[in-house]
Amino acid sequence: MRRVILSKAGPDGPRRDNNMRPSIIKWTLISLCVLFIVIMLILPLATVIVYALRQGWETFRDAVLDEYAVKALKLTLLSAVLAVSVNTFFGLFASWAITKFHFRGKQILTTLIDIPFSISPVIGGLVFILIFGRIGWAYPFLTAHGVKIVFAVPGIVLATIFVTFPFVSRELIPLMQSQGKEEEEAAALMGASGFHIYRKITLPHIKWGLLYGVILCSARAIGEFGAVSVVSGHLRGKTNTLPLHVEILFNEFNLTAACAVSSILVFLAVVILILRNIAEFRVKKETR
Amino acid sequence: MFSIKRGQSSSIIPGFGLSIGITLTMLSLLVLIPLLSVLLTLSGTTFEVFWKTVTDTQIIATYKVTFSCALAASLVNLIFGIMLAWVLVRYEFPCKRILDGLIELPFALPTAVAGITLTTLYSDKGWIGSLFDKIGVKISYTTTGITIAMIFIGIPFIVRCIQPVLEKLDRQYEEAAFVLGASRPRTFFKVILPEIVPAALSGFGLAFARCIGEYGSVVFIAGNIPYKTQITPLIIMNKLEQFNYAAATSVALVMIIFAFVILFLINSLQSWISRIARG
Amino acid sequence: MYVELKNISKRFGDFQASDDVSFGIEKGKLVGLLGPSGSGKTTILRMIAGLERPDSGDIFIDGVRVNDMEASSRGIGFVFQNYALFRYMTVFGNIAFGLEVQKHGKKYIKERVGELIRLTQLEGLEKRYPHQLSGGQKQRVAFARALAPNPHLLLLDEPFAAIDAKVRKELRSWLRETIAKVGITSIFVTHDQDEAVEVADEIIITNRGRVEQIGSPARIYKNPATPFAAQFIGESSVLENYASLRGFHYVAGFDKAVIRPEFIGIFKPGKELYPNASVEGRVEDILFRGNILEVRLDVGGSRMTAYRSLEDPELHVNERVSVLVYRLFLYNQEQVRLIENDVISEKDSVFI
Repeated sequence: MRRVILSKAGPDGPRRDNNMRPSIIKWTLISLCVLFIVIMLILPLATVIVYALRQGWETFRDAVLDEYAVKALKLTLLSAVLAVSVNTFFGLFASWAITKFHFRGKQILTTLIDIPFSISPVIGGLVFILIFGRIGWAYPFLTAHGVKIVFAVPGIVLATIFVTFPFVSRELIPLMQSQGKEEEEAAALMGASGFHIYRKITLPHIKWGLLYGVILCSARAIGEFGAVSVVSGHLRGKTNTLPLHVEILFNEFNLTAACAVSSILVFLAVVILILRNIAEFRVKKETR
Repeated sequence: MFSIKRGQSSSIIPGFGLSIGITLTMLSLLVLIPLLSVLLTLSGTTFEVFWKTVTDTQIIATYKVTFSCALAASLVNLIFGIMLAWVLVRYEFPCKRILDGLIELPFALPTAVAGITLTTLYSDKGWIGSLFDKIGVKISYTTTGITIAMIFIGIPFIVRCIQPVLEKLDRQYEEAAFVLGASRPRTFFKVILPEIVPAALSGFGLAFARCIGEYGSVVFIAGNIPYKTQITPLIIMNKLEQFNYAAATSVALVMIIFAFVILFLINSLQSWISRIARG
Repeated sequence: MYVELKNISKRFGDFQASDDVSFGIEKGKLVGLLGPSGSGKTTILRMIAGLERPDSGDIFIDGVRVNDMEASSRGIGFVFQNYALFRYMTVFGNIAFGLEVQKHGKKYIKERVGELIRLTQLEGLEKRYPHQLSGGQKQRVAFARALAPNPHLLLLDEPFAAIDAKVRKELRSWLRETIAKVGITSIFVTHDQDEAVEVADEIIITNRGRVEQIGSPARIYKNPATPFAAQFIGESSVLENYASLRGFHYVAGFDKAVIRPEFIGIFKPGKELYPNASVEGRVEDILFRGNILEVRLDVGGSRMTAYRSLEDPELHVNERVSVLVYRLFLYNQEQVRLIENDVISEKDSVFI
């Protein structure tokens, strides 16, 4: 009915009608989305903070500065730094090989690199138990030389590397693909060396994408739980990462301490999110 | 296998040998050989034993729980993912950038933290759980809880797959449909939806794969009641704690196969999409 | 010969990009590689540059076989189709890149870049980045960058493809003059016959991986060596039943003919120059081409395109006219033959 009346009102009639209904749809959709995000993402964050502080600042501080929590944080950061370095090194070379050359089996190679992305992190830990654990084929050699990998720091680092393996290359490959290789060809034609080309031509293109990948990789490496849980052995103060420490506290029904320690990780996550948004913004600007 | 195709290379760019060498070495040492150790460990096991292990009724129950929850969670995310992508690309409203930035929270937040907060939030004493408790609905330690944890971790996948497609989609295209007299819902379902379906499906696949393998955020809220709320990754963990390596490895192999199938489907879908896009 | 290709063949999978290609280029010449897309012209250019390797055959530059020589030591300047300017370097940085790689001194680099900036009329833009330049300016930077290390041979891949039609015309003559000024042997690739005809001293026509004809633009136009060359150069109409035109007879072995617009005269009925040699036609369409009219004709069911001066009596669509074909090219799979209108040549001989 309204449509008829409005269209009688003049040439503006139907147009206004079109603009009005979408605004109802628009705000309904926005509200639904905001509600979804609040329930699914913001409330959990708020829970952590509220529970962490509910027994007061003192308890929070004690939980965070607890000897084992600090050691766990150190181990977490150490394994994250190592994993991110290894995977960045890999990502730089893999993306160069995959995007600047044609070769047989490229598709297979890209798929293989993505494997850790799609299998359970628990399996990422299991495989190292199968190699270096008591039943593993490398076990006799390791015990003979007194090296401990599983249930020790090297195992944690390896498992973290496995789980975050594709993160940097996944960011770089599409970016470098979209930029083609003519500039590199032009530079090579003038006799520039590989290193020179990479530093002067390629790196400026991908620096923000690289940062973006490193950030994602760090986030996942810091937060990795399943894989690390399998290989850690849960020795407090020795092979406990921060997420594992949270688990232990939670299982001891010490919810306040668990949330307090979690809030460190939440803080790191928020910092990472902000950095990520800056990097993404820059990537978008550069590719435009 | 990875040799330069004769004549097809722009061999003028230096560094192929070095970069492919490093790539293959690291990939083999850090991913492929570890994965092959699964097969190596199982090489002593006969197929009958393997089959009996992976079809044990308790383990079958975990597949059912894992798959049904992952499917439900991915479907919810499909709907909200399309909605979120649409809202973020097409509308301007206050705090939009914050909302956009928050989408990645499940990537950035450690899964264990997500696990314990969701468990707390949805337990019968938690903010949301207590509301549902009044009407007699339990969320934590049920499959509903597992599904909610899986929704949480799956949110970014579908949104981030659809967003770029919607951004690129020429507005003239839908304006044309609109000028031709199609109503808004009709324009959406007939013109826009077909464009984003492939991206949505590949996001769905990624989210589904992630949900099936997820451990940290799910294990706390699941409660691990055998036959009821046990997920497959947890079974691997349990078997390992019992030093039953053969059983753990067998279940792992099944999960790896599932992951490969999903990965293969996504890849075929993506090459199909790019073929269509190329026209 | 300064550049010489001998029996070059190259496949990409199932695609034969070059099929036994041989040709030579004299020193100082500006040569256009002309052909439709997929004809293998860019592959030839990339093989000379060393960006691709031929499967078989030899490439010589200045008498030296360069097949196994590194691209960077062949002494070549290359201008890419989309210029491939280094996006994160200024105009100065782009032009200086090749000189820096050769480890020249700062002072020399500054001088040389300044020289090239003057040559390419880029004064004042030294500090700009590629995304701040127009298409024509980008092309000139690419050109200067390729020339900076003093190459002996300049290769240009579709140098005008990425430029607006308006600027393209100016750049064509600019490029021709500048290359002449520098005096460097140059080869460019194009799919645009006007471009090739206007810029090149010599044209190499490629088709399906083969060289169809080599020669000056005028020679190729007047004496096409192959059916492809006859059709590809000039605005040509292809005719199946050429024997139905007055003054032409069926020649055994030739089923088709190519007619160039300037081979056709259009007359108002009753005003024919050679009534006996003309056939009746109908004007289908008239297109204004700026300085000339392009007239589409229907002659006994065949389509032909002719030109008409704006000074001639005006024509109208659907008007009946007399069409006189002076001459045409007969062709079959292998051969091309120029045939004159019998009636006119007889008459002319009488007049003479």
